[in-house]
Amino acid sequence: MFFRSSSRRDFFKQTGGLAIAFSLVDATIVPRVFGAVEAGKVSLPDPTRLDAWLHIEKDGMVSFYTGKVEIGTGLQTAFQQIVAEELDISPLKVNLVQGDTALTPDQGGTGGSTSIAIGSRPVRNASATARLLLVKMASQKLGVPADQLDVKDGVVIAKADASKSITYAALVGGADLNDTLKVTGAGLSNTAEGAGKPKDPSTYKVVGTSFPRVDIPAKIFGQYKWVTDVRVPGMVHGRVVRPAIVGANFVSVDETAVKQIPGFIQTVVKGNFVGVVAQTEWGAVRAAKELKVTWSDTGTPLPDDLYKHMRTVTPKSTRGAAAKGDVAAAMAKATKKIEASYEYPFHSHATMGPGCSVADYQASGVTTIWSGTQKPHALVKGLAGVINQPLDRVRVIWVQDAGSYGRPGHDDTAADALMLSQAVGKPVRVQWNRADMTTWGAKGPAVAFDMTAAIDANGAVSAVQFSSHAFSGAEVSYTPDSAGNFLGAQLAGVKNTTGVDEFINWGDLSPQYAIANIASESHIVPPLSLGGSPLRTTHLRDPQGPSATFAVESFMDELAAATDSDPVDFRLKYLAEPRAQAVIKAAAEKAGWDRRPSPKRAQPSADVSTGRGIAFGNRGGTRVAIVAEVSVNHKSGAVKVTKMTCAHDCGLIVNPDGLRGMISGNLVQGTSRAIKEEVTFDRTKVTSTDWVSYPIVRSSDVPALDIVLLNHPEAPSTGAGEPSIRPIAAAINNAIFDAAGVRLRQVPFTPARVKAALANKA
Amino acid sequence: MKRETLKINGKPHTVDVDPDTPLLYILRDDLGMNNPRFGCGLGQCGACTVLLNGVATRSCILPVSRAAGKEITTLEGIGTPEKPHVVQTAFIKEQAAQCGYCLNGWVLTAKALLDKKPNPTDAEIREATESLVCRCGSHNMMFAAIHRAAEMKRSA
Repeated sequence: MFFRSSSRRDFFKQTGGLAIAFSLVDATIVPRVFGAVEAGKVSLPDPTRLDAWLHIEKDGMVSFYTGKVEIGTGLQTAFQQIVAEELDISPLKVNLVQGDTALTPDQGGTGGSTSIAIGSRPVRNASATARLLLVKMASQKLGVPADQLDVKDGVVIAKADASKSITYAALVGGADLNDTLKVTGAGLSNTAEGAGKPKDPSTYKVVGTSFPRVDIPAKIFGQYKWVTDVRVPGMVHGRVVRPAIVGANFVSVDETAVKQIPGFIQTVVKGNFVGVVAQTEWGAVRAAKELKVTWSDTGTPLPDDLYKHMRTVTPKSTRGAAAKGDVAAAMAKATKKIEASYEYPFHSHATMGPGCSVADYQASGVTTIWSGTQKPHALVKGLAGVINQPLDRVRVIWVQDAGSYGRPGHDDTAADALMLSQAVGKPVRVQWNRADMTTWGAKGPAVAFDMTAAIDANGAVSAVQFSSHAFSGAEVSYTPDSAGNFLGAQLAGVKNTTGVDEFINWGDLSPQYAIANIASESHIVPPLSLGGSPLRTTHLRDPQGPSATFAVESFMDELAAATDSDPVDFRLKYLAEPRAQAVIKAAAEKAGWDRRPSPKRAQPSADVSTGRGIAFGNRGGTRVAIVAEVSVNHKSGAVKVTKMTCAHDCGLIVNPDGLRGMISGNLVQGTSRAIKEEVTFDRTKVTSTDWVSYPIVRSSDVPALDIVLLNHPEAPSTGAGEPSIRPIAAAINNAIFDAAGVRLRQVPFTPARVKAALANKA
Repeated sequence: MKRETLKINGKPHTVDVDPDTPLLYILRDDLGMNNPRFGCGLGQCGACTVLLNGVATRSCILPVSRAAGKEITTLEGIGTPEKPHVVQTAFIKEQAAQCGYCLNGWVLTAKALLDKKPNPTDAEIREATESLVCRCGSHNMMFAAIHRAAEMKRSA
């Protein structure tokens, strides 16, 4: 077994000096130099062994091995705090090794806002078990009963006699911690428990404090190593060339021009997958631009009216929610019926860096891929499929890439690099260009919603009828565990079998309001194109949460207006749950909520009107309420989000400042998605190719933010990576209604749409 | 191929290059200076920013021949953990990052701004950074960091 071998300990012996010299450098990049595989195979760490998770080094550093990865959310710091808390050491004494499939246990990767909520459990449990074992060892060594020992900063000390002490390093330094853990669950719900019981949260000293992000200084000083900075001996550069129109087939290639490029190596064609490889990066960039590829001119036509297409095409599958009450009867008795439709476009992850991987293909031996994937262990499976090799011949080493927000192009670049490396027999680095990301990266799905509500004689909402027509949120699975998952492989002819239908029914991803009669049906629309479509869908931050909540929370606002109710009062009336009520009240109070029905009558001028709106969301137990304040320019149609107040309850808070940063990011990105973002396309191709044709918020668009954290140390953490992006579009839309008296039906809230709505009203 | 001498962070570097190659690729691939980052290759995001005679410049669209003879400054050239630039200290104090891929452009642009305008208003900070992308939405923390750096400079 791998961990019984000497390779891992040798690695740390050899790198002890390096680890210090590179103390600001991401440690995950170091192992490649020394290798951590035996006899040409990778053996997965055994998560039932304590030493698979945690290792006490001779210098007192604690190496902790996790299958989770930092994607900019502060996970690395939070995990180091958790390990430090349980072991009574400084977080800076923790060396967190992340996402190397030869070194770290499989925790299902990062995703679903679960890293703190669930992924931290084995981290906490393994650390507590290590502490128990270390104190037991110290007890024997010092001749003091374990319950009369304390630990301070990695030193076990007799409570009664401070002269009796021994450090963790002196107890075990360099040797394995010999204990076992009980592992349960798989994927994201994987956890491990040992003999050590984690601390009572009320005694926390490190967890719950705003320990500064451990990765930020290296990033500010330019010492952090990103995946874009990985260079291996003999490495050459690749770029990809995608079909000219959606569904086109490769016909021929003319290499005359590219053969003149200094250092050009070769063109690689596999089905409709086309790539170029050159000695230099600029050579590869030029070759991709100058290569003349002829594609068939008949592709798969795209619809010219997307939402009409979605509502009229025969659904791929339909699933209704369990009916509640008798909607037909309630509708028949209604004194007022409100009908509404909402539409949400395709969105791009639009990561700041477009995605980059390095692949070193080995026909015999271990193939290594450096990637910014969120799911390194699943990626091993998918990439092994691409090259038709057994799993133990593939190692993925995670190194941070730009952003992530779900499943952007990072995994696809890994497959592209691997296919090119296999073709040229050299390590290949592939970095996508902007259009490879924006145009060809998988998308968050478009959704169309249609709803009707009945209001009874008492002015109460008595029934809701809900229908959604959506592309599944996962035509390409978020988990890249088979070859068909990757764009390059799809273009090369591998069928995508990873997709699943993800339905959006009333209350699934939107607040569960207590309404007596509910009927809901969700239709999944067939993909627009198969076999490598730029409009294939996958998970994008809080998959379908923002779209479903845009529709439902805008609709609730309409119902509030229809019953002449204040939007906050109206929500509180239909949400009994105390923590939901608490965030709504906290957001309203902090924002100085102007309690009255919408729209606002008194406006400062005829040209510019202002308003406020609220929306609520609950994602996996994290409750979020957002008050948006906007101004609407009636001449230009421009919406300016001036301020956003967010109340957030995610149970136990590990790092308040880290959490605030996370929420700030969500609020700005959510504003961007609501007011700016829409993937556009014509009949043959996606026309969003760069930051001009796929604009996102810029400095002048960014609202002032006010964040209220409601801490519940007694309640488990429920995650914060995604929940606060959920209610934003609805909060802004409701504020626009308050300001201008018009309700927008489509995201994004562009000036043209605002002007059209205002013209319609007049 | 042409021999060019580039003065980067005060030191001369000689490279044999195709003079049309954008400076970005020379810095990263020929000289191993990783901080100018590829974001779009179109001059639209600022990830590749360097200071050229003190002016924030997009290295992804700047032919290397046009950088020859000028003072090129990269992120590692403005400060170190031991001797940080005030903008770097302020960004760390404000914890102004999510993923951090955009930081190269933001920190260098902030330095160039403060060199020219030591007391920028909020509107001036937004104007100076309007052409930069931050996909994670860390803008507010970065605005605060730039204000803080200005304050630190004033009280230094």
